[in-house]
Amino acid sequence: MEASTDDFRIALFEAGLLVPGSATGLFHRSFAFENVVRGIESFVSAAGRDAQRRQLYFSPLLDQSVLAKSDYVISFPNLVGILTTFTRPEKDLPKLIDQVESDGEWAELMSPDGLALCGAACHHVYPSLAGTEVPDEGLLFEVQATCHRHEPSDDPARMQSFSMREFVFVGSEGGAIAHRELWLQRSTGLLEKLGLSIEMVTANDPFFGRAGKLMGATQREKEAKFELVAAITSPKPGAISSGNYHGDHFGKAFAISLPNGDAAHSACFAFGLERITLALLHCHGLDIAAWPSQVRSSLNLVD
Amino acid sequence: MSGADTTIREVLQANGRLPVSAMTLRDDDDLYQHGLSSHASVNVMLGLESAFDIEFPDVLLRRDTFKSVASIRAALASLGAEV
Repeated sequence: MEASTDDFRIALFEAGLLVPGSATGLFHRSFAFENVVRGIESFVSAAGRDAQRRQLYFSPLLDQSVLAKSDYVISFPNLVGILTTFTRPEKDLPKLIDQVESDGEWAELMSPDGLALCGAACHHVYPSLAGTEVPDEGLLFEVQATCHRHEPSDDPARMQSFSMREFVFVGSEGGAIAHRELWLQRSTGLLEKLGLSIEMVTANDPFFGRAGKLMGATQREKEAKFELVAAITSPKPGAISSGNYHGDHFGKAFAISLPNGDAAHSACFAFGLERITLALLHCHGLDIAAWPSQVRSSLNLVD
Repeated sequence: MSGADTTIREVLQANGRLPVSAMTLRDDDDLYQHGLSSHASVNVMLGLESAFDIEFPDVLLRRDTFKSVASIRAALASLGAEV
């Protein structure tokens, strides 16, 4: 890791904006930090109010079958988290006690309980529409969830638990592509209004292993994913937002159809709320009260 | 059809999840247009590596490499496989 990332993390801790959690990649956020997050939520939400949309805060948990249907678990097996619990008969309790008291591998006595941690807020949208027909003009969602990805890192830009706000479209091919284009342009303007220097780049998801390189190359060649990158915890730019066109992948996986019987297409535009907050702290400094007045008023950070 | 050609088509048949028979495809038919998905192309890649005892370098891990029987054969030839 670059020294500057270390320096920035330590400065965030010293300022009390972040507090180290109980494991690598877990960070507690101060109220001051969260006030900025709330400000970003409202700021981007207002930008989407020109269109009728379903607005939902989703659970951080979903049924693990969703991960299989969407191919998420075979694409990112190393990022997935599933929940386990004690489902054995009571006669096995002494084994558990032994393992706990001997500081042993007690978690190995647990079994999957059918729930998984949500990897992206939009993953809740597609199963909610499973087996239904969406209108020609499509459906629009504004959603948020606390998400998890197993990527332990000391860099606060790569939290294992983070918040994602998304605008998701499910409908025709043209509507999905237009949705992503609209939000790529719109969000660039929004983030620049907050004083951030933004670049839009073609990107790919971090698919697993060598096979994942082929998946990633395919995604890039199809220009299926764009990211807006900015300095987050070091001068090296990282993604703070992304726009994704999924084709009919989710439409087919969840049997979501158009009136003509074809599988629906989808696109999502995601804002990484902690990453944007960190980028603002990196850009404007750790004293939030001293941020430019236009930025403070955009985020409703009143004195 | 050469032995290698048959092997390529057998790998496609076993791993490509194509709605058509890989045996009847023309050499330059676009496999993606014939229903080869991104995930299935990964299985085809791994199947070819096993069948021909080669490893595709990163530079060949592209969509174009697995676009047709002909492009697969060219990629295998560039890696020194008997095709």
